[in-house]
Amino acid sequence: MHGLAETASTAAGYAFPNDLHIHWSLMIVLYPYITGIVAGAFIVSSLYHVFHIKALKPIARFSLVFALAFLACATLPLLNHLGHPERALSMMITPNPTSAMAGFGFIYSAYAIVLIMEILFIYRPTMVALKDMSTGFMQKLYNILTIGSDNVSSRALALDHKIISFLAGIGIPMACILHGYVGFIFGGVKANPLWASPLMPVIFLLSACVSGIAGIIVTYMIIMKAKGREVDLECIRTCIKYLWGFFILDFVLEMLEIFAHAYTATHHWHTLHALYSGPLYVSYVVLQVIIFSVIPFLLLTWMNLFRLGDTLVRLFAPLVSLMILFQVLLMRWNVVIGGQLMSKSEKGAVYFHPEWLEKEGIIPAIIIMVLPLVILFVLSKIFPFWQEDDPVAGKSTAG
Amino acid sequence: MKDIQAEISKDRRAFIKKVLGGTIAGSLFLVIPAGAMDIPEQIAGMLEEDGPFITKKKFAFIVDITRCIGCGSCCVADKNEYNVPDGNYRTWVERYVIDVDDNVYVDSPNGGLDGYQVPREDVVQDTIRDTFFVPKLCNMCEKPSCVQVCPVGATYQTDDGFVLIDEKRCVACSYCVQACPYSVRFINPVTKTADKCTWCYHRVRKGLLPACVEVCPVKARLFGDLNDRESEVYKILHQPHVISVLKPGMGNKPSLHYVGLRREVV
Repeated sequence: MHGLAETASTAAGYAFPNDLHIHWSLMIVLYPYITGIVAGAFIVSSLYHVFHIKALKPIARFSLVFALAFLACATLPLLNHLGHPERALSMMITPNPTSAMAGFGFIYSAYAIVLIMEILFIYRPTMVALKDMSTGFMQKLYNILTIGSDNVSSRALALDHKIISFLAGIGIPMACILHGYVGFIFGGVKANPLWASPLMPVIFLLSACVSGIAGIIVTYMIIMKAKGREVDLECIRTCIKYLWGFFILDFVLEMLEIFAHAYTATHHWHTLHALYSGPLYVSYVVLQVIIFSVIPFLLLTWMNLFRLGDTLVRLFAPLVSLMILFQVLLMRWNVVIGGQLMSKSEKGAVYFHPEWLEKEGIIPAIIIMVLPLVILFVLSKIFPFWQEDDPVAGKSTAG
Repeated sequence: MKDIQAEISKDRRAFIKKVLGGTIAGSLFLVIPAGAMDIPEQIAGMLEEDGPFITKKKFAFIVDITRCIGCGSCCVADKNEYNVPDGNYRTWVERYVIDVDDNVYVDSPNGGLDGYQVPREDVVQDTIRDTFFVPKLCNMCEKPSCVQVCPVGATYQTDDGFVLIDEKRCVACSYCVQACPYSVRFINPVTKTADKCTWCYHRVRKGLLPACVEVCPVKARLFGDLNDRESEVYKILHQPHVISVLKPGMGNKPSLHYVGLRREVV
């Protein structure tokens, strides 16, 4: 460990002396992973709220709160990564307009506002009912969250519904911008042939959708199992259908990108080829592509082309979703870390293995990934996720 | 009697004091107007520059790889000038070895800081066709990617073309490190901010040459003003030498030029 950059363990060929440091390590792997899950979960909710996919009703509200829980932690890996986190707000107070990174604070904040507003409007009738049922702190909290409005007349709810549709409508392009933009942070680095690709924002966006849907499937099924409730299998089947669709686009574009590199075979390809057959062979070729892309792809194809029995869906839906979640994590690793493993000398590559206890090591990474789930648990005490727990379920037009 | 002796020694002491003081004052009176307090001007016309920015100059750095002997003096001078933490390099020297089968071997152990006193052990000496050294440092690009990507404007370009870092603003996000095509940047583990070669801006402002240029025993590193037609750098860049910049395809337009650059060098 040299200060803020972690040192690569072994060098093959000739790497520039400063390239023996991996400046963006696990924290910057998690950053696009978490924002991707946020964007993807929002898309799930929008499929119901904007595109009226009725089968997704059981998880439509949950997806939004799920997105919020992860959004709340999206900046943590970044702050942990910065050498001077106390100066982080300079990016918003005195931003450099030519920097791709300077936009994050604004895009993130704007998206957070839309997401929180949408949650508050969707839950307004529920919270009005809960306010009357609760006492003390919770009552005060609901009073704040409903902004003091008790009006649940059909006229007020119709207006709410219009606002919700509008927020969900502008939320879709914003979620796409949020994650497409994260892809551009990498895609805009011309000095790095693995990153510098106009496809990078698109691939990041599609993998975001995939990870969000998969994350929702897994969490929904685990919570139902824990609560001893019946999983809505029609909802899961619909999710799996969308997961398949988005994953086809995601996986095909990921492969097309590398084929385009290989086919055009510019001098960059020689570096990339050395990388994929060297330091990235296991994490990219074996794990990301063969095990965690091809197998889920075949499974999803099978699950969608044939009507599977309920037991098989209960077994394979969480399994394939977990595999996809891992695929996206591997993709983030192979892009973020992989891009730094080849030296800009174009003559050498380095190997990198994260440490457990480093400031940006595996333990902090695990803590940052568990934190959204803790926040989700806290949020579940305020916003009832499921229709069964909702005092006004069925009455709410918002779902 | 004792009183008289004490009086004499007091007078003697006072006399010596006065003579010494007068000598020092007199010397200073003679020496200061003669320019003893001025720093000798190594870059012509620099002392005429006033104001916060240098406006009449267009600086260029030239590395002549046909001259470099890989002694590492430049790296030592740089490390001393900036107290560069171990394992990080503002400048370094690469050793290229090419064998008769055109295999290229490159290394830069410890950035060339210790010089190259021992030949590479993994290359059979009889098969070596050619060897040369390539010093590397900030390319001081006209269109610097590091300045483009810095989210807080901590990395900036002065009007006179220097790319510098304000360590009071840098958040150490490392985006500039990623964006630099030449890998000249690193995060300084002491200041926890981005760091790189500045072409010794603080020395240049005083009319001094960069530290590495000053110590190079074979004039492999040259620095000067391209607006001065009498300067060595102007003459070299306007004579029929083999001159190139690193990675021209990046479009960064480096102000660091290489004389005798070989196609093997990246």
